Amino acid sequence: MINQTQSGAGFIFLLKSIMILQCGILFAFLAIGELIVATTGVPVPSSIIGMLLLTASLKAGIVRISWVDRISDFLVRNLGFFFVPAGVGLMRCLGVIKGELMPILIATVASTFAIIAVTGWVHQYTRRFTSGVNRRFSHTSIKHENGTAD
Amino acid sequence: MELLTNKYFLIALTFCVYVGSQQLQKRTGIKLLNPILISIAVLICILCGAGIDYETYCEGGEYIDFWLKPAVVALGVPLYRQLESIKKQMLPLLAAELAGCVAGVVSVVLVADLLGASREVIMSLAPKAVTTPIAMEISAATGGIPSLTAAVVVCTGIFGGMAGFKMVKMSRVRSQIATGLSIGTAAHAVGTSAAMERSERYGAYSSLGLTLNGLLTALLAPFILSILGYC
Repeated sequence: MINQTQSGAGFIFLLKSIMILQCGILFAFLAIGELIVATTGVPVPSSIIGMLLLTASLKAGIVRISWVDRISDFLVRNLGFFFVPAGVGLMRCLGVIKGELMPILIATVASTFAIIAVTGWVHQYTRRFTSGVNRRFSHTSIKHENGTAD
Repeated sequence: MELLTNKYFLIALTFCVYVGSQQLQKRTGIKLLNPILISIAVLICILCGAGIDYETYCEGGEYIDFWLKPAVVALGVPLYRQLESIKKQMLPLLAAELAGCVAGVVSVVLVADLLGASREVIMSLAPKAVTTPIAMEISAATGGIPSLTAAVVVCTGIFGGMAGFKMVKMSRVRSQIATGLSIGTAAHAVGTSAAMERSERYGAYSSLGLTLNGLLTALLAPFILSILGYC
């Protein structure tokens, strides 16, 4: 009996201290995401659902940040690497790309610029507008927690 | 030849090439030498040179690809860390995302069509701003070529990560939040990792941008395409 509780405590200690628990929690959220997609058929990827649930659980205090921070920081820091195999997939459609290189290239560049400009502008102006409205009605100064870029 | 097509060899090769590319950028200090871009180019050259096809590479590559999904889940952590400031400005965030999503799909479709791209390619390009798993599903659903979409998505991300901050400056967007948000909206997870290198704050808003744009594009892209008369 004593041995069991000791090893139980040891097990929990191990879980708390090493990456296995962190991995386990992360994959559990991904698995829940998969389950939701499989049962409801929503057209949203399981990883996005898992991410939103993870944020919600952290917020609700179900999961502590110290349980997932190390694996998450590792994965987020090296995010780019995981895209390499998908990018190598380019070699499979070299034919199509060669034929329509200019439309693909120009459309991609133009659209990326359009998204950045439109998103930035709309956010900046609606924010100015809403914080102006708030100020007028509440007479409390809105704390601008964001500085200017760079 | 046996060794070259072994999946463990291919995984090791991918790691080595990536580390080499990272070192190349660090040593030379040239921002244009993006490690993801260089790795992809070098790997394609090696595979073509050795006569290995993509399917064989994928036997190893899929184990790296596999980590994309957990990595996207992991973005929930930086998002949580910025939750307080996000909650204060729900309306501007949603408005900006909606505008960015529509602008992205409409602009890429119209420009590609104007320059004479085929219908298949236009459909493959439409979801190019969102992260690979979402983009590939949209592409398949609307009649695009999913593998072309995946490749364009990665290239968009690399381009957005490299040129995004310049573009933000050019469009005179000043707030840090709007900067992070628009980079995540335009260049998904690859842009987010570039934003994360600057600061976690940029990164958190960038991951918010990629999430919201992913959700909105998944929901709206089919409608936008049918309004434009492509579906």
